[in-house]
Amino acid sequence: MGEISGNNRNQAEPPGAAATAPELRAWFVREVLPLEAALMQFLRRSWRNPADLDDLCQEVYARACEAAREKLPNPTKPFLFAIARNLIIDHVRHENVVSIEAVADPDMLSTSMEAPNQERSVMAREELHVLQSVIDRLPERCRQAVVMQKVEGLTRREIASRMGISEKTVKRHLEDGMCALADALYGASGHPRQPK
Amino acid sequence: MNTDSTFHDEGEAPMTAAAATRTQAAEWLERKGSGEWTVSDQAALDAWLGQSWKNATAFWRLESAWTRADRLSALRKPGFGRKAFARSRSAAPFFKIAVSVALLAGASFGLYEMQSFSHIKTYATPVGGRELLTLADGSQIELNTDTVLRVATGTSNREVWLDKGEAFFEIRHDAAHPFVVNAGAQRIVDLGTKFTARRNGGQTEVSLLEGRAKIETVGNNARSAILSPGDVAVATADKVSVSGKSTQDLADQLGWQRGMLVFRHTPLAEAAAAFNRYNDRKIVVAGADIGRLTINGTFPTNATDLFSRAAKDAFGLHVEKQQGRTVISR
Repeated sequence: MGEISGNNRNQAEPPGAAATAPELRAWFVREVLPLEAALMQFLRRSWRNPADLDDLCQEVYARACEAAREKLPNPTKPFLFAIARNLIIDHVRHENVVSIEAVADPDMLSTSMEAPNQERSVMAREELHVLQSVIDRLPERCRQAVVMQKVEGLTRREIASRMGISEKTVKRHLEDGMCALADALYGASGHPRQPK
Repeated sequence: MNTDSTFHDEGEAPMTAAAATRTQAAEWLERKGSGEWTVSDQAALDAWLGQSWKNATAFWRLESAWTRADRLSALRKPGFGRKAFARSRSAAPFFKIAVSVALLAGASFGLYEMQSFSHIKTYATPVGGRELLTLADGSQIELNTDTVLRVATGTSNREVWLDKGEAFFEIRHDAAHPFVVNAGAQRIVDLGTKFTARRNGGQTEVSLLEGRAKIETVGNNARSAILSPGDVAVATADKVSVSGKSTQDLADQLGWQRGMLVFRHTPLAEAAAAFNRYNDRKIVVAGADIGRLTINGTFPTNATDLFSRAAKDAFGLHVEKQQGRTVISR
């Protein structure tokens, strides 16, 4: 129960070179990522197994890029939520048992779509403050590694020698930091990745 | 979620497919920033991105967040970049203490503290020492004897703290980034100048040779004064007084840059105090009356013996070397 089965549309071809197209990437970062918090909220209401949310979100992104590769949609928000809604419906249809709460009701959908876009309202000058509070919440060693790279501009090797730990461990701290930062900034994850 | 999902890219059982993709994306991104990134690495990354939209979007998402975090470098406060200083002279012994390690101390060290302490370098000269610092922006700071100066290094602001002693500043003008010297309760905001700043307890004396600068007190009762060439400002916590000096006087005052003390009708007590800044062996002028005798002359800053002999010869004074000090008396 609850797993997402394959979808019958958008059996997407690999993006190939489109994945390195700057316009598509720029659109995704500028238009789609700021909607992540609202999208997750919508998915959370529409799908009953929280463990699937990250996968659903990623699938929405994949479908959105596939659909946008020919022509970038404008505006992005209704486009993205239509994809999310179709995705949920596809999956609900493939479920043997359709539970009532699995279908997003239109009111909730519109509520989600009207959800204020917090990220966009973040003023540039507040960005630093937001980043600081995100960084402050990282586990200590992870935070130190991120700070040394981002604030002090040290390389992995320099960080390793400064912290007296292996490069491999630094690498892991940095990777954890990246994931935590993205989750915090885009407000995504149903269950943020726990640093190992 | 079950591992038989069609979303499943790689076989890491306990993770969701999305988490597995994210982990891979993070590994790529970390490698890309590790400083050892080659053309073939980039080609391999492009191929991985091209495999699926999930790879591409997971990578874009992390990369975009990680790039936003570059803004954090603004916390690297003021300054002049990593390799800020080139020592153009290696005269007196000179101590450099990198304080940025303070970052690592203390588990509760938040970014706010870092904002004030990270990337501040401390430069200090011993008694009799002198050192010239050249900043990345081309500005120069020369530290006089027994001086402690902290310099914030980083990207945007230019700021230093004169904790003790005296320094000569020759600052490259940059309207967008004024150069700020903090000296205790005073701040000197440079508007593109040459000036000296000297701390003496709670008092700061600023002499302006060229350009324009503003000195202000930092406090509830803030006072400020704009200085023009020849102005000498003496600021205490709540007061700034400005007087004029001749070019000659200012040049004399900067004799230390040549390792010289220049005296013109200088009271003996004042001259002794000047020597004492540069030497561990202190000169004591015993008696207010002889302290008022005035002298002329140019002396190397370390020439206490020459100075006391001159006092002896010129005024017939008695010079006695005691342990660690030279006493001049009748």
